[in-house]
Amino acid sequence: MLLSCALILVSIFSLLTLKLNVGIDFTGGSIIEVGYQQAVELEPIRQALNSEGFGDAIVQHFGSASEVLIRLVPDVDKDKAELSTQIIGLLQKISDSPIDVRRVDFVGPQVGKELTEDGGLAVLYALIAILIYVAFRFEYRFSLGAVAALIHDVMITLGFFSVLQLDFDLSVLAAILAVIGYSLNDTIVVFDRVRENFRKIRKKTSLEVVNMSINQTISRTLMTSFTTLLVLLSLFFLGGEAIHAFALALIIGVLVGTYSSIYVATTSALVLGISRSDLLLPEKEGDDELARP
Amino acid sequence: MVNRYAPWRYILLLLIIVIGAVYAAPNLYGEDPALQISHRVNLIDDAELGNISSLLKNEGVDYRSVELDGNNILVRFDSEEKQLRGADQVREALFANDRRYSIALNLAPATPDWLTSLSALPMYLGLDLRGGVHFLMEVDMESAIEKSLERFSSEMRTFMREEKIRYKAVQAASDKISIRFASAETRDNGRLLLEEEFRDFEFADSNDDRGWFVNISFNPISLAEERRAAIEQNISTLKNRVNELGVAEPVIQRQGEERVVVQLPGVQDTVRAKEILGATATLEFRLVHGSFADWSAAGSSGKAPIGSRLYARSDGSPVLLKRNVIVTGDQIVGAASGLDQQSGTPDVTITMNSSGADRMARVTRDNIGKPMAVVFIEDKFEFREVDGERKRIRSTESQVINVATIQDQLSKRFHITGLDSTREARDLALLLRAGALRAPMVIVEERTVGPSLGQENIDRGFLSVIVGFIAVLLFMAFYYKVFGLVANLALALNLVLMVAILSIFQATLTLPGIAGIVLTVGMAVDANVLIFERIREELRLGNTPQASIYSGYSKAFGTIADANITTFIAAIVLFGFGTGPIQGFAVTLMIGIASSMFTAIFGTRALINLIYGSKQVSRLAI
Repeated sequence: MLLSCALILVSIFSLLTLKLNVGIDFTGGSIIEVGYQQAVELEPIRQALNSEGFGDAIVQHFGSASEVLIRLVPDVDKDKAELSTQIIGLLQKISDSPIDVRRVDFVGPQVGKELTEDGGLAVLYALIAILIYVAFRFEYRFSLGAVAALIHDVMITLGFFSVLQLDFDLSVLAAILAVIGYSLNDTIVVFDRVRENFRKIRKKTSLEVVNMSINQTISRTLMTSFTTLLVLLSLFFLGGEAIHAFALALIIGVLVGTYSSIYVATTSALVLGISRSDLLLPEKEGDDELARP
Repeated sequence: MVNRYAPWRYILLLLIIVIGAVYAAPNLYGEDPALQISHRVNLIDDAELGNISSLLKNEGVDYRSVELDGNNILVRFDSEEKQLRGADQVREALFANDRRYSIALNLAPATPDWLTSLSALPMYLGLDLRGGVHFLMEVDMESAIEKSLERFSSEMRTFMREEKIRYKAVQAASDKISIRFASAETRDNGRLLLEEEFRDFEFADSNDDRGWFVNISFNPISLAEERRAAIEQNISTLKNRVNELGVAEPVIQRQGEERVVVQLPGVQDTVRAKEILGATATLEFRLVHGSFADWSAAGSSGKAPIGSRLYARSDGSPVLLKRNVIVTGDQIVGAASGLDQQSGTPDVTITMNSSGADRMARVTRDNIGKPMAVVFIEDKFEFREVDGERKRIRSTESQVINVATIQDQLSKRFHITGLDSTREARDLALLLRAGALRAPMVIVEERTVGPSLGQENIDRGFLSVIVGFIAVLLFMAFYYKVFGLVANLALALNLVLMVAILSIFQATLTLPGIAGIVLTVGMAVDANVLIFERIREELRLGNTPQASIYSGYSKAFGTIADANITTFIAAIVLFGFGTGPIQGFAVTLMIGIASSMFTAIFGTRALINLIYGSKQVSRLAI
């Protein structure tokens, strides 16, 4: 609990001060990625861009020394799709050998604003939909516990990206949403066991029942996280630059999500005062459910 | 206690395995470099097919096959080099007689016939995997409305002249037409008649010290209709332009009220694609006004005499043209670029429609010996900060590219010269052929992926799927022994089913989609982990192996269902609110959840029952 609070505080602090290093998907702007036939120096490219009035362009190597990434900050007067055309022309002019245009991303400021809004809304709606489903299947205190765990996971993952100032683009947003789905999956499994034990065991306190349930499911929680991490590590190391941030966000999210489904979700439900009587069903429905083939 | 499944369950499982395998199979066969030939008007028949194949044979270009694919001819080649050579030959031969052929380079799936006859196709790869351009273009509705009001304002002028309504001035603005009258009486009278004639408009009065006004704007219904018409005409123009560019499988789709998505797979020259798609260039033909002396006077004062307009020629010198337009670009039905036989400079041969040809003939007949000008018109955009808000400012650039003396009566076909380069002539001809955009469009989002990066994304994506998959297989076999191996078979089946479902629905597979597959591989074992842990627990409680298998599966089921449904909800939300790549991820996630539920519960149970089901078992290898 202490660790969670500390991490969340650090995350909030970092999100407020350092903020997120949001990519052009949300701010608008251009990214141009070009490949050269051999390694290139960045300085001549910077100078050439500078002399053409692109002094604020960020030029860096991407992946290898023969690949160059140019990032243009959104600019009121120049925000146009033709910008990338100009830059590619310029790069070709100062290069001896033909260059290979690998990627151009241009996002207009209006579109960027919409993506930000839609992204934020997507996270919000996902949380609400989940809140409703869990309240319907379990009980509202579980539902609050699950959402508390999800907010915990999202905050810490965002905080991680903020502290390290990693690029936050659309794919990372998708990863955050996947983290919500994943962490929830974990939490539900624990809740399910808690519910089952509450109905089965009558002589123990709520805390004991919850502890027992977590112990019974912990090997499964760790196993699934481990196999998921295996594939995520494979994505992270082998998936290439385009998917790097996505894989990293998921790795952080899965780690935090595993932790939170064990420590945060049920603890929150306990704090809210969940007890046996809340989960007993008036009819014999519970028995039917267990007997389902 | 025995664990047995009825035979029909095994038959069902086998059936699903076979169907899955068949529909996943096309993905194993790769693609052939191919040429896709179609005609914009005529249907293509077998004779055409024969022509193409004999043409290629004569020119010594080896091809693998020529086939009729719907309304296209598809020519397959062994290598890209042969494909390019074939394209050159075919283009040269076909374009010699008829410019309406469209010839596109393409990668055609090399799926065997028996699979295609079952309509089994490989997965549809997104632009980030196969390379190409994605544009989101926005129609500038304000200028669409403005243009349309301009058109109506001249209709109103004519109407009022015919009806002898005395007005002072007609002014079209971006949202209304204002007509000024000398008195309230003439205004009310005029308004009555105008209202009668122009029923799609709303009328309002106003007056100030300059006079009495009627302000006329579209009513909401006709405004919506104007907007709809603007975007629809733009889409059809874009389709024509894309056809001219020769792109296989383009996507041109309306998105929302004023946006159009354009996806051009495999396009390499993105610069040209951008220029052609967004180009607003069109032509106008006007008579020249006054003499050279008048032009320079107007040029230095900046004021044009009544009935004329001041233009700049390509060298910057001023010229005066008559206000009335002879014909405009939208009356042009055909255009081809070439070289002027006398001067050797690039030219464009223009064919007018009948009304344009009539008017051109009439005006030129009456004005032989007088000069006529060709005006090249293009809309430009700029972003400016206005009152703290970003605004797009449109400006129209008009340039007189050519002034020539009318030698003879012109009619349907004629040449224009004065273009800077053959490329300019070629692009202008293309734009004139494809038709003008009703309203200018701007690119508000671009995502271009070069072919080399696309291939790299495919390679890396599949490598990470395979490595992750094998890592999970090894771990499961190590940790759960026989049960682990069973789970591994289910996992493999899950992968096959996912590929099959993606192929059947032709859902677009993107890089995030591959990530979704990888993630599903990791999560698909979750169901099995849940079941196996439950079985272990039951065994620890001292239950018999058979009873443990039974209650393991049944107790885990509720948990698995709950957990997967909640993840599914998250995936649906992702799909609903996400854009292209995120949707790709959500789709694979949803498919993965569904197919993994099936394989991990039903599939493994069937196998476990087969292995342990109907015999005495003292211990389980779990």
